Amino acid sequence: MKYKPVLELKGSLLTLMVLNLFNSDNELIAKALAEKISKAPDFFQQVPIVIDLQAVEDNQAVLDLSELVKLLRTYGLTPVAVRGGNIEHNEIALNMNLGILNNIKSPAPQLTLETKVAAVPEIPAAKIIRDPIRSGQQVIAEKGDLIILSAVSHGAEILADRHIHVYGALRGRALAGINGDNKAQIFCQQLYADLLSVAGKYQVNEDFPEDLIGKSTQTYLEQDKLNIKKL
Amino acid sequence: MSKIIVITSGKGGVGKTTTSAAFATGLALRGNKTVVIDFDVGLRNLDLVMGCERRVVYDFINVINGEANLNQALIKDKRVENLFILPASQTRNKDALTLKGVARILEELKKDFDYIICDSPAGIEHGAIMAMYFADEALIVTNPEVSSVRDSDRIIGMLSSKTRRAMQKMPAIKEHLLITRYEEKRVNKGEMLSIKDVQEILAISLLGVIPESLEILKASNSGIPVILNKETDAGQAYLDIVARFLGEEPPQRKKKGFFSRLFGI
Ligand SMILES: Nc1ncnc2c1ncn2[C@@H]1O[C@H](COP(=O)(O)OP(=O)(O)O)[C@@H](O)[C@H]1O
Ligand SMILES: [Mg+2]
Repeated sequence: MKYKPVLELKGSLLTLMVLNLFNSDNELIAKALAEKISKAPDFFQQVPIVIDLQAVEDNQAVLDLSELVKLLRTYGLTPVAVRGGNIEHNEIALNMNLGILNNIKSPAPQLTLETKVAAVPEIPAAKIIRDPIRSGQQVIAEKGDLIILSAVSHGAEILADRHIHVYGALRGRALAGINGDNKAQIFCQQLYADLLSVAGKYQVNEDFPEDLIGKSTQTYLEQDKLNIKKL
Repeated sequence: MSKIIVITSGKGGVGKTTTSAAFATGLALRGNKTVVIDFDVGLRNLDLVMGCERRVVYDFINVINGEANLNQALIKDKRVENLFILPASQTRNKDALTLKGVARILEELKKDFDYIICDSPAGIEHGAIMAMYFADEALIVTNPEVSSVRDSDRIIGMLSSKTRRAMQKMPAIKEHLLITRYEEKRVNKGEMLSIKDVQEILAISLLGVIPESLEILKASNSGIPVILNKETDAGQAYLDIVARFLGEEPPQRKKKGFFSRLFGI
């Protein structure tokens, strides 16, 4: 009979929300928290969160961690761990069934396993589209690159987490780095775009240098400024 | 095998109804049993262009609602053998068109006709979607100006996403570009897009070009599809389009106009 494992333990890289504290005044924290959460209460429901105390480590005696944890829970958040606290805080955390994470400034030796995992980041597959993107259509590559093998019409919109490549005329709107990747770029064979944007920095057609219209171009951020260059 | 062909554009007033009448008449002239359906519910002008407005008793919506049967609603053309018209209702709105109802009628027509031509209303809403939904092929009617081309582009996108062939992952709708109201003089003055410009933006195969022509207005007003007037530029252009659609090389034209040069004939 073949051996089938019942379970396995594996290192995994997760994205977690971190609450960075810059002040240890309980009242100020409560107030600031209420303000933040009231803006999008639904967004925070059941969200796992790490409490980071590194920034207040010199002056955390007054911080009431157990009250903070309770407060977060009343808002619907799920505190899962504490990072960068002192011995007292770590003890409170353990008593409240929270994990203790290593301080990122001084990684402990047992972190090597995790760092190994981090060394092989998952490379998301590019999204490749063969057909023209027509006016009114929208194509999104939520992870990785977006590659279009034909033209993108005026009034169409293409978006990508990373780079955008258009092997044809780009007439619509192209937004690269939509999750904030400021290294993302837009490449196209003929530039007639309605709008170009990288990591939220954009330019509309009217602002493009005239000598670049219709040319093969590369668009990227340089010191937070959008740059369009002939290829 | 019968074929459903939608005449569509997005924009209004570009020549869909004119083309539907001419194209259907042309196919019938070539011996194909053809029906042309007016999907422009609420406006109803196909029957005017076809010159049968005074013979309308029942319409498309009556048939969908089961208030009349197809044979009662179909109007037989008086001039051309094999040609029938299914008029739209003037008193209902486009919501009266249901997918189920349209499907049932098209299925019934398919048993009897070689070609079913659907004259689409303008816009990208319900009525236009109903007209294109079951199509096997599409004639995209475009004027050589920016807004018309943009709307056609949008419609082409919908043909590949909002139709039965798209949704059921069947072979895609065959698309043909038809540029109408073309005036070479205005292209040369830079007031209109050239054929090449339009083709480049829309990137679908060109079936033909219809010149701007006063004859078309005359034809519509007298209720005689322009294709029956073989002496006119526009009539000839439509005849050529039908021939090309049927897979033939169109005949040599005496006058070396822009379209003869365009197609190298
Ligand atoms: N090639 C043409 N030359 C001149 N007038 C035209 C031409 N094609 C259409 N027209 C005119 O334009 C108007 C709109 O045409 P129609 O076929 O009703 O458009 P649609 O069905 O797309 O709204 C009508 O008055 C028609 O006579
Ligand atoms: Mg019409």
